[in-house]
Parts: sequence; structure tokens; C-alpha cells
Amino acid sequence: MSVAEAMTPRAIDVETIGMTKTFGGLTALDDVSLRVRPGSFHALLGENGAGKSTLVKCMMGFYQPTRGQVLVNEMEVSIPTPRAAHALGIGMVYQHFTLVPSLTAAENLVIARAECPKVIDWGRERKELNAFLETTPFKVPLDMPVSSLSAGEKQKLEILKQLYLDQRLLILDEPTSVLTPDEADEVLGLLRGMTEARDLSILMITHKFREVTAYADDVTVLRRGRVVGGGRVADLSVGDMSRMMIGETEIRESASRTEQKGRTLKLELAGLFADDDEELPAIEAISLKVHAGEILGIAGVSGNGQSELIEVLSGQRPLQDGRIFIDAKPYDPERQMMDRFKVFGFSEEPLHNVAVPRMSVAENMAFRSFDKAPISPVWGWLSPLPMRNRARELIAAYRVKTPSTDEPIENLSGGNVQRAILARELSGDVDVLIVANPCFGLDFASVAEIRAQIMDQRNQGAAVLLVSEDLDEILDLADTVAVMSEGRVSYQSPMENTDRATIGHAMAGHH
Amino acid sequence: MADTTETPGIAVQTDLIGNTLDNIRRSSEYIVIPLLALIVAGALFSVFLLALGKSPADFVALVWRGGFGTSFSWQNTLVRATPLIFTALCVAIPARLGLVIIGGEGALVLGGLAAASIAIPMVDWAPASLLLGVMAIAGCLAGALWIGCVGALRYYRGVNETISSLLMFYIAVSILNFFVEGFLRDPSDPNKPSTKPIGAENMVGAIPGTDLHWGLPAGVALCAVLYLLMNRTTFGFAARVAGGNLRAAQAQGLPVGRLMVISCAIAGACAGLAGFFEVAAIHGKANASLIAGYGFTGILVSFLARHNPLVIIPVAIFLGGIAASGGLIQRRMDLPDATVMVLQGLLFLVILVSETFYGSLPFFRPKRGTS
Repeated sequence: MSVAEAMTPRAIDVETIGMTKTFGGLTALDDVSLRVRPGSFHALLGENGAGKSTLVKCMMGFYQPTRGQVLVNEMEVSIPTPRAAHALGIGMVYQHFTLVPSLTAAENLVIARAECPKVIDWGRERKELNAFLETTPFKVPLDMPVSSLSAGEKQKLEILKQLYLDQRLLILDEPTSVLTPDEADEVLGLLRGMTEARDLSILMITHKFREVTAYADDVTVLRRGRVVGGGRVADLSVGDMSRMMIGETEIRESASRTEQKGRTLKLELAGLFADDDEELPAIEAISLKVHAGEILGIAGVSGNGQSELIEVLSGQRPLQDGRIFIDAKPYDPERQMMDRFKVFGFSEEPLHNVAVPRMSVAENMAFRSFDKAPISPVWGWLSPLPMRNRARELIAAYRVKTPSTDEPIENLSGGNVQRAILARELSGDVDVLIVANPCFGLDFASVAEIRAQIMDQRNQGAAVLLVSEDLDEILDLADTVAVMSEGRVSYQSPMENTDRATIGHAMAGHH
Repeated sequence: MADTTETPGIAVQTDLIGNTLDNIRRSSEYIVIPLLALIVAGALFSVFLLALGKSPADFVALVWRGGFGTSFSWQNTLVRATPLIFTALCVAIPARLGLVIIGGEGALVLGGLAAASIAIPMVDWAPASLLLGVMAIAGCLAGALWIGCVGALRYYRGVNETISSLLMFYIAVSILNFFVEGFLRDPSDPNKPSTKPIGAENMVGAIPGTDLHWGLPAGVALCAVLYLLMNRTTFGFAARVAGGNLRAAQAQGLPVGRLMVISCAIAGACAGLAGFFEVAAIHGKANASLIAGYGFTGILVSFLARHNPLVIIPVAIFLGGIAASGGLIQRRMDLPDATVMVLQGLLFLVILVSETFYGSLPFFRPKRGTS
């Protein structure tokens, strides 16, 4: 590890030519050529499944492209393994952290080296680390266990690790998804500074137009594995880029918000406490009120107790203290009460949270109705024919694309799984709707559809509690916003009295 | 992935034939993979035999003769298959909930002990039918309590059900020994410590025209009943939801704890019935002969049958046949008794490995993709 040559511009020039990757009959990447100029900040835009990850995995040596080459500084190179990519100076920062939580930042950096010494001379390493830190704009406390760092510090450490390994093209996979807006701006701003100093080239996967327009020099847009547009960011508007991403797919108009008369209190959370999987307090004294015809949006950086709150409300996690009330009556997430109070819900990754992957589409759609007539005509008996008929109706009504009612639901695409779950949860009368990150990982068309459905339920008078890590989703849908930070509600306001910046600051907490 | 623009809905009406073919293709996976596993296990076992200088062909021929060749060997096979059916059910029912119970042998032992013990005060006055009825209920209850405890420990205290059921098997054996060597010991029996016999006149009789006792038809009927329970009732549906995805079951407000305990109790009752039939139809009393390993072979049966109660019947007969031929193999091939165990162990390993191939072989996937 040498830090002496930091004066010369060291950013590298990376180019892909005609990258094609097929998996069986599926073409994930089709003739993709893009160039990351030395010292540029290049954004890679595209929907889920557009081929962004496949492209960078080919560049990192995780996949071998079916056709096409990678050029580094205008020389053709072969990248058989991630190790080879590292040797060429190509490093990647993943969406989720890859640090060892129990080790300190310094330890994480040293063990990341390809030739980590058998005996570590910590005195020398520390001197070198400090010298190295001098050369970068990122500041991270070196002696704290990584588990005690904030998400922003962890992300900076991930980037530092790549710089420490002397990687000169950084591939960033949605690096800001775990950060608050302020942290995101800080990290991207520092990276931008390094590219301007020509220390670094950056290829960033993202779906946030704001980050593209604010930080990127160039952009390449992928759709269904092909390059559908790109160029200088300065020459493109957000509208241009979003048209490239979506193509001619029709997007459902977002349902308009109708005025609600009167405010009836529907769902009340009174002082909820619950522990996480390590039996440490995960949520503390959560008190919230949701009225009929209102969407309460709960914003917050991932891991601040939102998922535990949702689990408590849907019966997946025991409540330590506090009560849930619906219509001023105590509510427990048990089947009879769910039916009586008409409580429904869905969440991200339905195959993980609310569906049984190996059961059929028809069976998954019957979870709410299998113990009621007509599927259960006699107590305890289950009759498959009405189950299939009901599924057929719902499949048609919610435009679920499936080869048959008997297909295991895991074989459907993400959007179709979520639509099947929506059909199950929203086809009856809904009084209370509990939703968590409903659009996570879905394509634009599905996202618009699902948001419109949530708005429809609100307009029909349902009390909606929406937890989302996507601030735009909250800004788009919520009537009232609450922010969770470190397991508590740190901020609450009607939507008309607040804005993105205020919510963003509240998400960062008070430290 | 943005597939909303294409024609939505089901394509059933348009090409029924293609659909049927796809269904056959998909379900054939459940036959082809276990068959391949059997062949691989057979090949590995042949290597083992060849290393010992024995002929695999002879082995197969002897298994055929000893297990299925004559009406006598068939009866021997079916007698051995009967407890396997019950103990396999003890694995199959909890497996639908995602629980791996391997301590069915313990429930069998205690079921047998309970049946034999409750008979002691009744033998002198009760008619055979009443006696056998009470004994069967006692066997079921003992097994149900035993494995029910495993389910309760799992749900309420998070104790791993595989470990606890195995450890509880050792406790069950100790309980059996405690009683049959202690105050339930029949003093008139100088040989093996045993409970007082229920008497030949009270035993479960043979099916007319055969040497088979009524345990086999009872087991077959129980398989059919439990198949219906798991596939045609709301209980079975809820159990499959909980087994397929615990979080989804909780989000539907299903009583997961109750489902686990009840399923385990049903499973234990099945193994307890095996113990009852061993006492009431074979031994006539409870003693260490109850610990014959049927509970453990039942695990193999259930996994080979992919926990499907109906498939358990032929699989139990198949393994019963291999066991029945053990004596013949020992005598004719000069191989130790444990040879058959080696075959069973190999089978089990290969079956476990084959489980990982379901859904990953492209041949079995429908031709028409979904995305």
C-alpha cells in the first residue's frame, strides 16, 4: 500500500463494449456499451431487472459475459474473478454493508487486504492508516467497533475500504438507500470532490433522479438489458431520463386525494414497546393515531424500529408493553380480531413476509378466506373448487399474470406476486390497512398501480398506516408524516406543514 | 419485468393440453428424483459390496426372495412394514409444519408401555374388545403427550424439536426400563424383564387366511385419514401455511403454537399406536424388544415419501422388505446383520442430498415462462 503517488491523477478509464449476457433463454444484457471517462461520475439508471446488476457483476468478474469486452485505460482486459477486478483497480460498494460488525474500523480495513499479513504489526499499520486517511476526505473513527457506527459512517468506511485497497473505479450499488438525505448528500458530495480531483472514477447504480442531476456527469439508461439512452446529465431533463427508463409502458395515473369529512379515530397505538431478535429494545413508547380516511406515513432510515413495529402490528413479534386499539377497543393481531375489525396488510418481499412460496397462487390468495364459506362449506372442511374459482376472479380483476391457479407463487415475477397479495388483502372491505415498503424492488408500472390502490383504500375510508424507507413514497401518499429514529417517534406533522428537508433532518435523529 | 402491458389473466382456456403437459412435467419431478436417488444409493451400495468381494446381483436377488419372492416373505415384509407406516406418520405430519421430529421411537416405546400397563389391572375382567380399545387409547395418549411436549417446547421455549425429540427418546427408554425392571415386572417371567402378558386370547388377531395382524389395514386407513386431514381440511391448510412460511402464518393471525402442538400430538399418537400394535399383536407384553429401531427407520420412510401419507404405504413396504430379507442375506452371503443398515444409511444420505435438486433442474420447469 503506497500513498506517495496521490499527487498524480489516478482515476482510470473503463469501458464496456457490446456486453451481452444470457442465462438459459433469457437475455439479461444485450449489447451494452458504456464508457466511464477518467475522473467522471457516471450514473447507471434503470428499473429493477433492467440489467444494471448483471452489467456490474460482469465488470466485477462475478459473471462471465457471453459476449463483449471490458477495456481499462483503453487496453482490453479479462476479468475472470472479483480478485482480478480488484487487481485492475475496480472495486465495488454493495447496497448492504459487508463489514465485520464486531471488529473496529481499522481492523476491518487491514483484514480486507488481499495479502493480509499473518502477524499484524499494529503500530506500523496504524501509522500507515493515519497517513492514508490524510489523503482522503472521509473521516471515520478508527477504533470503534463497526457495530457502533452510524449508517452514514459505515457507508463511508465501505468507500474508504475500496480506496484503501487502491481501487480507482468505484462501482456503487444504490449507496444511499441506507442513508438519511443529509448523509447521502455528504457522501456523494465527497465522492464528487474526489472525481473532480481526478483521483477516482465512479459508476453509480441508482434510481433516484435527484442524485443523478445533482452529482453525476454522465448517465446511461438501461431498459430490459439494452442501452436506451444516456449522455451528459447537463443535456437531459428528469423527464427525458424517466421516459427512457419506463419506455412506452403505460403508468396508472395516481389516484387523486379526496377530501375526507370528519375525522374518526380508527387505529390507536398506545405506548408500544417491543424487543428485537437480540432481546434489546427495538421500539419504545410508540404512540400514534390513525383516523379513518387518513394515510399516516412513517418515514425513517432502515433499521430504526420500523420493521419491528410492523411485525408487532401484524402478529409476527410479541408486544412487551402497550396496547393497540381499533375503534377504541383493544386489538390483538389474531385471526378472529383481524376479521372482526377488517384489518389487512401487505409488505415488501411478500414471498418472505406474507406468502408461502411453494404453495399455489390459488392457495396463497385464499389465506384470508380458506376458513370461511364458500371455500370451507362445512366447519373444518376445505373445498378446492371454490378456492380455484375465487382465485380465477381475483386473477382477472387484479391482472395477475400466472400460467394457472395451481402455479407455485414463487414462480411469478415480483410485481405479479405483489398483485396477487394485493388481490387477497384488498378485495373485501378494508377498515385498517397496514403496509410496509409495498413497492420495494418493483417496476414503475407496479409501483404506480400499488400506490393508486393504497390511495383508493384511503379514499374509501380506510385508516392506512404506511411504513416506507422511500421518502418520496411518503411525500406522495401520506396525509400525516411521522419519523422513527432509534425506535421512537421523533417527529410528527401534518403533511401540509412540513417538507422534505425537515423530515430528512428528523430522520437523522439528534446526534 | 414490466409485464403489465402484456395480456393478463390465465391462459387455461387457450391451451389446455400445453398446461396438462406442463403439470405432468412438473409432477414427474417427484417420481424421477427419488427414483434417481434410489439408483445412486444402489450404485454406492454396490461399490461397498464389491469392496467386500460380494456380488451386488446376488444381494438384489436375495432381497427379492427374502422380501417379496414368496407369500411367506410377503407376510414377513408386511409385518415389518406396519410399525414403519405408523412411525413414518410421526415424522410426516410435523414435517408439514416444518418440524423435523426424529424421536418417534420414544413415543412408540412409551405407547407400548402405556398400553401394556393399563392392561394389567383390566386383564382379569375386561372382554378382549374393551381391553384392546382401552390399550389403544392409552398408547395414543402416551405418544401424543410425549411428542406434544416436543411441539410445546419448540413453540413456547424455542427448543430445537429435532434435538429435544431425540433426547426424549433416551428418557423414554429409561422410563420403560424403570418400570419393566421395577414394579411392573412380571415375577413369573425368568427371562427378559417384562410386564405381565395380556394373554394370548386378548391379542389382536390375524386377518383371516393370513398371518398378518390388523395393524396393517389400520395403518393404511390412518394414512388415508391423515392425507385428508392435511389436504382437505382448514387445519391441514393452516398447518401447511405455517410450515411453508411461519411469518406469513403469523401475519394471517393463525394460531401457530396450537397448530404445532396439535400436529406433534397427532404424530405422537401415530407412533404410540405402533407401540400398541407391537404389544397387542406381536409381543403380548412390554419389554426392551419394543426398542427395535422402527422409529428411526420411519424417519427414512417419511423422507423417501416426501412426507406424503399416501406414499408412505408403498415406501414402508419397500423398506420392510429390505429388513425382512436381512436374515437371509446374513446366512447366504455371510454378511453381518448391519449390512442392511448400511444400505438404509446410504439411502437416507442420498435422499437428503436429492432434496436439494427439487425445482433446480430445468427439465421439470414449464416450457412457457411466467416472466
